[in-house]
Amino acid sequence: MEYSKSKLTALVLLRLAIGWHFLFEGMVKVLNPSWSSKAYLLDSGGFLKGFFEWMAHNTTILPVVDFMNAWGLTVVGFSLITGLFSRYASLVGIILLGLYYLSHPAYPGIDYLFPSDGSYFIINKTLVELFALYVIYSFPSDQFVGLERCWKYIKTPR
Amino acid sequence: MNSENPENDKLKFSRRDVLAGLVSLPVLGVIGYGLMKHHESKKKLGSGLIRNIKPIIPAGIPSLVEGKTINIGMVGCGGRGGYLMKALGFVHPDRIDEFTEKANNNKYWADYLKEFNAQENLNIKITAICDVFEKNARRAIEIGANAFRNGKEGKMETAPKRYLRYHDLVAAPEVDAVIIATPDHLHVPIALEAARHGKHVYCEKPLSWTVAETFEIRNTVKETGIVFQLGHQGRQTESYQAAKSLIDQNVAGKISLIEVCTNRNDPNGAWVYDIDPEGNPDTIDWKQFIGPAPWHEFSLERFFRWRCWWDYSTGLSGDLFTHEYDALNQILKLGIPHSAMASGGIYFYKDGRTVPDVLNMTFEYPDRDLTLLYSATLSSEKNRGKVIMGHDAYIELNDTLIVNLDPKSTQYKEEIEKGILKPHEPIYSYVPGQGKIDAITTPTEKYFAGRGLLYTYRDGKAVDTTHLHLREWLNCIRLHDGTKPSCHIDQAFEEAITAHMGSISYLEGRRTYWDEVNEKII
Ligand SMILES: NC(=O)c1ccc[n+]([C@@H]2O[C@H](COP(=O)([O-])OP(=O)(O)OC[C@H]3O[C@@H](n4cnc5c(N)ncnc54)[C@H](O)[C@@H]3O)[C@@H](O)[C@H]2O)c1
Repeated sequence: MEYSKSKLTALVLLRLAIGWHFLFEGMVKVLNPSWSSKAYLLDSGGFLKGFFEWMAHNTTILPVVDFMNAWGLTVVGFSLITGLFSRYASLVGIILLGLYYLSHPAYPGIDYLFPSDGSYFIINKTLVELFALYVIYSFPSDQFVGLERCWKYIKTPR
Repeated sequence: MNSENPENDKLKFSRRDVLAGLVSLPVLGVIGYGLMKHHESKKKLGSGLIRNIKPIIPAGIPSLVEGKTINIGMVGCGGRGGYLMKALGFVHPDRIDEFTEKANNNKYWADYLKEFNAQENLNIKITAICDVFEKNARRAIEIGANAFRNGKEGKMETAPKRYLRYHDLVAAPEVDAVIIATPDHLHVPIALEAARHGKHVYCEKPLSWTVAETFEIRNTVKETGIVFQLGHQGRQTESYQAAKSLIDQNVAGKISLIEVCTNRNDPNGAWVYDIDPEGNPDTIDWKQFIGPAPWHEFSLERFFRWRCWWDYSTGLSGDLFTHEYDALNQILKLGIPHSAMASGGIYFYKDGRTVPDVLNMTFEYPDRDLTLLYSATLSSEKNRGKVIMGHDAYIELNDTLIVNLDPKSTQYKEEIEKGILKPHEPIYSYVPGQGKIDAITTPTEKYFAGRGLLYTYRDGKAVDTTHLHLREWLNCIRLHDGTKPSCHIDQAFEEAITAHMGSISYLEGRRTYWDEVNEKII
């Protein structure tokens, strides 16, 4: 796939911005030993509420969820920023965001403890970011701007 | 830009490729910076759900006021005396060796040693010590000489001079300031003599053993103008200071009841301490130990377990309630209650003691529309915490602080109805240095640590509260401008009178009142 300069710029900027958001969110959690997704899970709403609450109360599952969350965000963010394997990373990111959305769907009548920063009906920022990652997945840019460009070179037999 | 043929890639690999490959890496640096900033602003770990609650927490450790070296005389070098010397930077060389060895394969001791070495040098000398038990006196001399925090082989400072009688220590010219850590019945006699010699005083809690001497020491401290600090190191506990600022912002609403408790359940916690095999009439100056107390023939139990007898002790009220009271006096400026009523008994430790092991006291503050309740047992470890009950929220206070929403709150009614705040859930929590408490070994230590009496936090780092409390006292001495330490004589007076009102009520089986006009317990 060939892109014009402006298309490439747009794609790379989008990739960097989402990567930035993921990496920061992830690292903050990794660096805070007392962070847990428990409160967030307990605050779930929508048709999967029961499932997320079950995870929050299950002492075996919760640490796994916490670990996957913090490190998942971190690795996805790192990959998007550096431009290495970001196609896979965007898939993982889509799954993570999908889970966040399902636990806190924006639907009238569901109240959450943490007040939201705007008004939404079905589409909220989580979903928008999810679709943006779908764009990154469909229009890869690592091979032009990103470590993948060097990676390919290293892997090339000499 | 791309090519199907790897050979071509290799040939074409250029500076441009390197640039395009690495161009996004600086972003990582920026994020690293952001994380650092984020970490700094979050280090208090306070989390609030109500946007405008902002607790005011002390920033950092106040720096040391410059001035000449202060010469300290220690009177009473037992358990607490040793701890105070450590907080001043003096530990026995044998213990330093012991810590160093343990630190090699144990992270707790490695951290312990690191924390101790990180504790700033206070620019003091221990020039004199006085203890009536040979062993404690001997050890105190060795501790006082270890000014450089060395092991046995290391360099030592000139050893402090031992005085056999405190009267001589407080009069000695090489002593500028006196630290008192004797049993309760000797606090005031020693403090009085020290003050009369113009020596500054750091006196362990409780201030006094009798009501009359409480007035005497207050007058003398004021007349002589010495710098006086009572040993309630809880004054330095960060969570208490945070609680004060939250209450000042009316987070809890109108407070009607405060409950504080003591729950311990082991002989050590009930003051049945070990009897040192070195103790005998030759190694203990019994007459001096008795001091102002009624005469009793020599008794090892009484000497090592003095807290069990009114003859030397102030019981649960003076020994443990005072810590709780002083915390609340600091947070709410309670002052002396209007009345006190107490009951209890010797229900578990029927070992000849005269002080009760179960004690319940209620203190009324009609001017403030509130009751302070103290409930203690030395034979159950059911932890009941310190709870400040307001109409809008209740505050659970230990070394952590949790503000829980009351479902029937008026102040937060709207938020509750909208579902922004959930009833009974924390609306604010402050949990510094999690995990630290696990390293504490004995139940009695846990009791104190849980109350923020062993260490607190400054900028997220653990600091010995007693070190901070002593430091504040030394700073006031060096400032020499009338600045008073946080637990100065008026605070100490309120502490002692309140504790005495409770004890008298228990002993006389009646309600006691404070006559504010004539300053008398009636
Ligand atoms: N602030 C705190 O957290 C805290 C903690 C523990 C104890 N304390 C206070 O410290 C004081 C001492 O308690 P402790 O547990 O160390 O008791 P302790 O029995 O271990 O030590 C008391 C020491 O005083 C010595 N002594 C007795 N009579 C003396 C005299 N006439 N002259 C000189 N020395 C004399 C004894 O020989 C002993 O070494 C008490 O008043 C207690 O309330 C405060």
